[in-house]
Amino acid sequence: MNAAQVIFILAAAITLFSALMVVSVRRMMHAALWLIVTLLGVAVLFVLLQAGFFAVVQVLFYVGAIAILIIFAVMLTRQVMSEKAPQLNRGWVAGLGVSAGLMVILALVLRNFPGSTATAVADPSAGNAVALGLAFSDPSGFAIPFEVASILLVAALIGTIYIALERKGGEQ
Amino acid sequence: MDFWTDPYLFLVNWLQELLVGWGVPAATSAFLLMLTGAFILAMGAMLFVLGLIWFERKIAGRFQDRFGPNRIGPWGIIQPLADMLKIFTKEHITPDGVDLVPYNLGPVLSVAAVLAVWAVLPFTLSLVGADLDVSVLYVVAIGGLGEIAVVLSGWGSNNKYALLAAFRSVAQLLSYEVPLVIALLVPVMLSGSLSLNDIVRGQTLPYVILAPVAAFVFFLTSIAEVGRSPFDLTEAESELVAGFNIEYSGLKFGMFYVADFLHAFTISLLFAVLFLGGWQGPYAVQYPMLGLLWFFLKAGVVYFIGVWMRVSFPRFRIDQMMAISWKLLTPLAIAAVILTALIAKLIPTDGILRTGSLLAANLLLAGCAMLALILNRKKKILKEFPLSAASGFSVKDVTGKTQRSAQ
Amino acid sequence: MIPLSWYLLVAAALFCIGLFGVLARRNAIAILMGIELMLNAVNINLLAFWSYLHHDRMNGLVFAAIVFAAAAAETAVGLGLILSVYRRRGTVVAEELDTMKG
Repeated sequence: MNAAQVIFILAAAITLFSALMVVSVRRMMHAALWLIVTLLGVAVLFVLLQAGFFAVVQVLFYVGAIAILIIFAVMLTRQVMSEKAPQLNRGWVAGLGVSAGLMVILALVLRNFPGSTATAVADPSAGNAVALGLAFSDPSGFAIPFEVASILLVAALIGTIYIALERKGGEQ
Repeated sequence: MDFWTDPYLFLVNWLQELLVGWGVPAATSAFLLMLTGAFILAMGAMLFVLGLIWFERKIAGRFQDRFGPNRIGPWGIIQPLADMLKIFTKEHITPDGVDLVPYNLGPVLSVAAVLAVWAVLPFTLSLVGADLDVSVLYVVAIGGLGEIAVVLSGWGSNNKYALLAAFRSVAQLLSYEVPLVIALLVPVMLSGSLSLNDIVRGQTLPYVILAPVAAFVFFLTSIAEVGRSPFDLTEAESELVAGFNIEYSGLKFGMFYVADFLHAFTISLLFAVLFLGGWQGPYAVQYPMLGLLWFFLKAGVVYFIGVWMRVSFPRFRIDQMMAISWKLLTPLAIAAVILTALIAKLIPTDGILRTGSLLAANLLLAGCAMLALILNRKKKILKEFPLSAASGFSVKDVTGKTQRSAQ
Repeated sequence: MIPLSWYLLVAAALFCIGLFGVLARRNAIAILMGIELMLNAVNINLLAFWSYLHHDRMNGLVFAAIVFAAAAAETAVGLGLILSVYRRRGTVVAEELDTMKG
């Protein structure tokens, strides 16, 4: 049991525990805070996978932007759901059954998956930012998905501004 | 190596050999040494803040034609220590109905987010906490953690004004993060790497000469990110009951205070790394400890300029702050990035031609920006007083009626 | 060392917890948080496969980066929609948004 395994078990335990807290706590603000812990745990897992760039991007985007967005949305809609109301809907037993069933199926499949006992190859220069940048700007590489992603982001930006803008003149 | 040329490396190697000689395995001894180094760095940064507070109060006092603190100790040097003792002994008043975890976590995360940046700064040739490949992105990501700290303290205070102030503060931080990240791209492009160590080594000529517009944008946005005057609407004592830290007293408030000053010095250090050449200077390669001295001197000059700005300008309103970020700094930063990318691609070799054209392009951009500002102001005046601007000055009499004077 | 199956199991568990959050929570924002958990699980999966089996190629990294971008876009639009619905109907409970029912 070497150091990497210890860190992995710790990070995985924290991530899964806070994910359970996200879906089960009553107050929405606490759920948002547990989500931040989960995202940070996932960032640690990325570091263990030698994708350090993605760990930093995870903290930058998810924690620094998306989690703040979610916290803002929770705060702006705070009075709506009272804290005493049940926060699980009527079909939650079926939901639990589906999730547990899926977990069992996935665990069985993964146990018999042929590549699952592979061990990592330590190659520190593999996923660095320069290689990723070259891949993204190469026309025979991944330049098209890059452009499509930027168009997607622009569309989301314009769409969100339009949706969230207050209509001053009444209904459209 | 010799103790006198590089005391840090000498010490590290000696300690490592000592630990291995005692029977500690090599990996564990490296880990213990890193832990000790992190502890010393954090303690050093916190103790350094005392000197910073004294420096700022003295200089601010002199700017305002008064002495700073001068009662306690020679030139008031023990004053921050007295303040520290006072803050330690104050009572922690916890208001009723607070959410305990966010309330107590806010100040801790605030200081942690600032100290975490010190881990990637290259202090000398050999003294770097963590030589990450992507340290520039890491610095911006840690800024995001600092924003979470603001939200946590505003929410946890159970005070709607603190919450409002936290909202405003996060809006300001998020708006100024956009031109900050865009302006950060310019030194990254000029040096070809996201690592702060590589950026320092790549500065044969300091980047403030090659990219003055980007340096200007970075300086302004990082002052706004810290929340210093003139951008301190959200935490000034007379605005919105002092902001998100209203319900904190004692050492928790002390943590916010320390985080504020330490963050201001940290951005001075970052500016020195990115644009002023970091630890480079005369004899910095042969005697790395001199590099530390040059680094802190450069950061001190930038910090002095920050204090100067603080005592000279009135505070911005929230709409003026947003307008500056979105309408001035973001287009300026984007234009600077595009110009730098064009010139760096057309003239890839380092030399006088590249330097000259980068400098000329930046000056042209600054000129266009100033022209746009002047025209914008004239247009606004034209809209408000259409007759007066077209035909000379107008004079308002005591009843407020505008009368036209003779041409 | 850490075998690949550990990472895949963690990703599967995170995905199933997110799925439970989507299926069983009433608040629309909680449903969005469940979706975020599922997207993070997908990212762990992609990067685990990249790191263990195909670390000489860029496909896994590019896929993960596009997932990041798509998640950011989708969260922004989703929260904008939730806020707009809150303004019109005064509720964020997903069960009460049933004007098209029946």
